Amino acid sequence: MLDTTPRESRLPNCPGVGFKSQHFDGLMTEPGPVGWIEIHAENYMGAGGRPLAQLRALAERFAVSVHGVGLSIGAEGRLDPDHLARLKHLVGWLDPASFSEHLAWSTHDTGYFNDLLPLPYTEATLARVCAHIDEVQDTLGRRMLLENPSTYLAFAETTLAEVDFLREIAQRTGCGLLLDVNNVFVSATNQQTDPISYLDAFPLEHVGELHLGGHDEDRDDAGAPLLIDSHAAPVVDPVWTLYSHVIARGGARPTLIEWDTDVPDWPELRAEADRAATYLGARAPVE
Amino acid sequence: MTGQAEFLSALLDAECSAPDGVLGPSGRPAGKRFDVYRNNVVISLTEALETGFPVVRKLVGDAFFGAMAGVFLRAHPPSSPVLSRYGEALPGFLKSFPPAASLPYLPDVARLELALRHAYHAADPAPFDAEALSNLPPDELMSATLSLAPAVQVVASPWPIHGIWRANTDADAPPPGAGAQAALVTRPGFDPVATALDPAAAVFVEALLAGSGLGVAAETANEADPAFDLSQILGLLLAQRAITAVKERPTL
Repeated sequence: MLDTTPRESRLPNCPGVGFKSQHFDGLMTEPGPVGWIEIHAENYMGAGGRPLAQLRALAERFAVSVHGVGLSIGAEGRLDPDHLARLKHLVGWLDPASFSEHLAWSTHDTGYFNDLLPLPYTEATLARVCAHIDEVQDTLGRRMLLENPSTYLAFAETTLAEVDFLREIAQRTGCGLLLDVNNVFVSATNQQTDPISYLDAFPLEHVGELHLGGHDEDRDDAGAPLLIDSHAAPVVDPVWTLYSHVIARGGARPTLIEWDTDVPDWPELRAEADRAATYLGARAPVE
Repeated sequence: MTGQAEFLSALLDAECSAPDGVLGPSGRPAGKRFDVYRNNVVISLTEALETGFPVVRKLVGDAFFGAMAGVFLRAHPPSSPVLSRYGEALPGFLKSFPPAASLPYLPDVARLELALRHAYHAADPAPFDAEALSNLPPDELMSATLSLAPAVQVVASPWPIHGIWRANTDADAPPPGAGAQAALVTRPGFDPVATALDPAAAVFVEALLAGSGLGVAAETANEADPAFDLSQILGLLLAQRAITAVKERPTL
């Protein structure tokens, strides 16, 4: 287990954006309030070419957060040692300001299924997730952040509330948490629970990063709202309201705008970062 | 208890209902909520294949490609989370996929698209001064070995593979000819390039890739076609920044 004394995230306390290669020029010439970028680890595991060249250039100017989507920390089986080695290599040469992953699983014996699949919250799954996080932090030699998921269903066997599950993980492993405010809204709507109660119970003292993103709206078989975490749209007003609640309760935190599908032009994405900056109450430092 | 194996097998079988123990709010069956995960897996992996194989998709059409991808991703899910490598099994799969039998060149188009994607992510080549090659006297040239950039590959086919690929990526391209063709894949900058090779030139580059010395590779190409033009292919390789080193004696 790593040192559990609280540490400041090395990400600047300003808006960041999930990096898409088409925004490279916009980011370099007109970053606005954006002070850091987040990349999906798995997209930068090639040997060379444009992805790594762009990343090296961006890393000279912006703080970088590496966000893994494929480590499958919630899997029943062991972590994939090859993938952990690839991650160690990336984090080793890039030395990012932060590394984060998800409370989810995506890999089983038969392969990798490219979605953040849910897990029940029990003492057994808690022990398993903690063991996997210990292994990740020991291998990478750094503290990681774990992100709360968007969920669409529940498990009959669940005995722990998600917030308690996450707090216990942070306490046992020393990892930090990444609070995705859109995921809180999506899950609360889908589970028909109160997002404010969730946020008020959330251990904000462990939070090193916030996420904001868009979702799609659907209905379930009974006609109840079913929100889908798509990252394909602007952040909606109720999520901005929850974000404001988090900032009021816990202070400003590095905040990422995620937009991964139907990606807009740079000015539209930057406008989302501008809006986050007004909530954070501070513009990015001017060089 | 709902194990992950059970969750996954229900996820991949559209006929199967959600596992017991997986619920919606108020304890109702999960129903459509389970389908969200099901759709995410199938759609995201299908999109990864669409991104990797745009010409295969164009040749068969969106509906065929989507149905084919649904069969493929269940038989060959990704073996790692690095999706830039996903689809290496597609050429082999297409060879024995009966609905695609009327397009016998489709597996080779898939091989070419895999090679282009590999080139995109390949290691950057070491800088190379072309004079190191042009300054060599002819006899030393023939005993030299060439190192090629990590992006360099040859995709040879009994079909006019480069012509088919080009006709589907370039609106101004001529219709493909007939007969066997090979494509040379290189990456002079950040964007991969596919160039048509005649059969003897393909034999030559393949021999270099297999580690043969320049003289041996040229001899093999001459046997394939006495009209093989060594200076032309060396010029092409230099122009495509495909050569990274020249060693004056073959390594044993």
